[in-house]
Amino acid sequence: MSNFNRRKFLITTGAIALTSTLSFELAHAAGKKLIVGFLYVGPRDDFGYNQAHAHAASIIKKMPGIKMFDEEKVPETVAVQKSMEAMIRQDGASLIFPTSFGYFSPHVIKVAKKYPKVRFAHCGGLWTKGKHPMNVGSFFGYIEECQYLNGVVAGYMSKSKKLGFVAAKAIPQVLLNINAFTLGAQSVDPSITTRLIFTGDWSMPVKEAEAANSLIDQGVDVLTCHVDGPKVVVETAEKRGVMTCGYHVSQAKLAPKGYLTGAEWNWVTPYTTIVKAAQEGKPMINFLRGGLKDGFVKMSPYGASVSANAKAKADEIKNKMLAGKYPIFKGPLKDNKGKVIIPAGVIQEQTDIKLESMNYLVAGVMGQV
Amino acid sequence: MLNEVVPSAFDFGSLALALFAGAIRIGTPFLFVSLGECLTEKAGRVNLGLEGILVCGAMTGYAVSLQTGSPWIGVLGAGISGLVLGAFHGLVCSLRGVNDIAFGIALMVFGTGLAFYLGTPYIQPQAPTLPAFALGDWSTNSQLRNALEINVLFLVGVVLAGLLHWGMASTRWGLVLRLVGDHAETARALGYRLIPVRVTATAAGGFLAAVGGAYLSLYYPGSWNEGLSSGQGLMAVALVIFARWRPWRCLFAALLFGAAGALGPALQSLGITSGYYLFNAAPYVLTLVIMVITCRPDRTISGAPGELSLTR
Repeated sequence: MSNFNRRKFLITTGAIALTSTLSFELAHAAGKKLIVGFLYVGPRDDFGYNQAHAHAASIIKKMPGIKMFDEEKVPETVAVQKSMEAMIRQDGASLIFPTSFGYFSPHVIKVAKKYPKVRFAHCGGLWTKGKHPMNVGSFFGYIEECQYLNGVVAGYMSKSKKLGFVAAKAIPQVLLNINAFTLGAQSVDPSITTRLIFTGDWSMPVKEAEAANSLIDQGVDVLTCHVDGPKVVVETAEKRGVMTCGYHVSQAKLAPKGYLTGAEWNWVTPYTTIVKAAQEGKPMINFLRGGLKDGFVKMSPYGASVSANAKAKADEIKNKMLAGKYPIFKGPLKDNKGKVIIPAGVIQEQTDIKLESMNYLVAGVMGQV
Repeated sequence: MLNEVVPSAFDFGSLALALFAGAIRIGTPFLFVSLGECLTEKAGRVNLGLEGILVCGAMTGYAVSLQTGSPWIGVLGAGISGLVLGAFHGLVCSLRGVNDIAFGIALMVFGTGLAFYLGTPYIQPQAPTLPAFALGDWSTNSQLRNALEINVLFLVGVVLAGLLHWGMASTRWGLVLRLVGDHAETARALGYRLIPVRVTATAAGGFLAAVGGAYLSLYYPGSWNEGLSSGQGLMAVALVIFARWRPWRCLFAALLFGAAGALGPALQSLGITSGYYLFNAAPYVLTLVIMVITCRPDRTISGAPGELSLTR
């Protein structure tokens, strides 16, 4: 019996040794192809954040010399570490795109330290030199430019001069969007206010519907949102006959009557830059940002109901943004408690890294951080 | 500055209206799930799997409505999926040595997982949704008009609560159900078979919970996605205890929980913006408070079925 066990042991270990060398050779053979892994926090077709990423990933997949793997619905817990390690060890991925904000710290950092040869391009995180490993990078888009343009169109179209914003959590990126949307509308009419409701999490359909309904009950006639899937907000607004500005991807199909325009991601641009750098063996791009003029973000086509002067004004500002001559945050700027944030005459450039730690709401927003 | 926001006098009428509308809109799934759980527990079993059945019902209802074009067939399809899962719980828990609470948790995970797995293709398309009665057309106030848009399923739920209340109190099958749940020995001595009664009650409870799920995906918020349930199925268990196992009280408890769910968004829209974390958590706080008040180890809860593993 003991003999048999020993033989079995030999067979098993032999098999393991064989498969490991084989897989090593396989990985070697695929060496010419860059193996890229994408991770999304939600489903690929959520009409929102994850769909924007998955759509861009499907374009990367078609690039020459690329082998792509992706995994959806990976929670922002230790589960994402396991998924990343599986992509590295089993699929041989050497470039990983963890696309959700909450993946960054500690999960991406931890795995990146363990696999220094693998590149990690995180979406939305704030990579800091000296603090984070060099094989990690973060990329993001200045979507607040599009939110500002949303605000301009909303400002022209609103009759009640009350706008509504359904937000998930009070993090800097969300506050940036709320403020930019409000400032855009106020550039049309300074008396416009934005009513804000926080639902507490990225996907809370019942709360989102309830928030949209309460805002509409208070006389809001243009709604927008920053949640993972804007479907519920857009559908609720359409049902009740108010207008909406979209977010993440175009929701025009969901609201043929009320959809004005929307702020959309164009992740293909940063993806391509990072993938090309990896293919050409250039160092990891640690910090990558871009707005309208860099093609990181784009606007949905205008809805049928948008007036000609709204389009003209929005296009005029968009052209200035494309020329890099339209900073959104400039003095005099007060927050909604009356405190001066930016004194008169001072301009905070789009690329100012301090904007990514925003912690206030501008005057005219009814809400609290 | 022109755009300084000055909070005007607080609009209590608007808040009351928002809570009223929310009680019905958010409360309806609570009503169905709690009626289902009430039925199950009256027979002496606890089905924690209703959360999974609810999610599965939401997915099935949406999918069937999309395929057939009729939301009512969707509701029926959801109900059948709940019936099957409920019967599964009932049958497995009839085996010797199976704990109904443990299996309920397993069923919760199973139902949710199954719905997520099968539901992926239904996140994006728009299915036909359930109709509502516009009872407020006489009013010029748009908030009132919207609040009085009462969905058909809510009315069905109210009628059902009344029927179950009457049925349990005054009919023969109600008596058998209560006897099986209260005192199995007596029921057995009188010649009633426990297992068929319990399996039927659990299956019917599953049917109702799944209809509650279909309400979520087919009426409010009216689309299928994975974050759709925020624990309604689990909270309904607390709700049944709060309602002291009386269907009629389930209705009021469901409305109370619905109103609690509407509190956070309603207050924020009216300009009460501080402490929104707390108001958003109101339904969960309410659940906790109810559990603390009603579930003390030193006394049994009045009205609890005697065979329930919660009380035994």
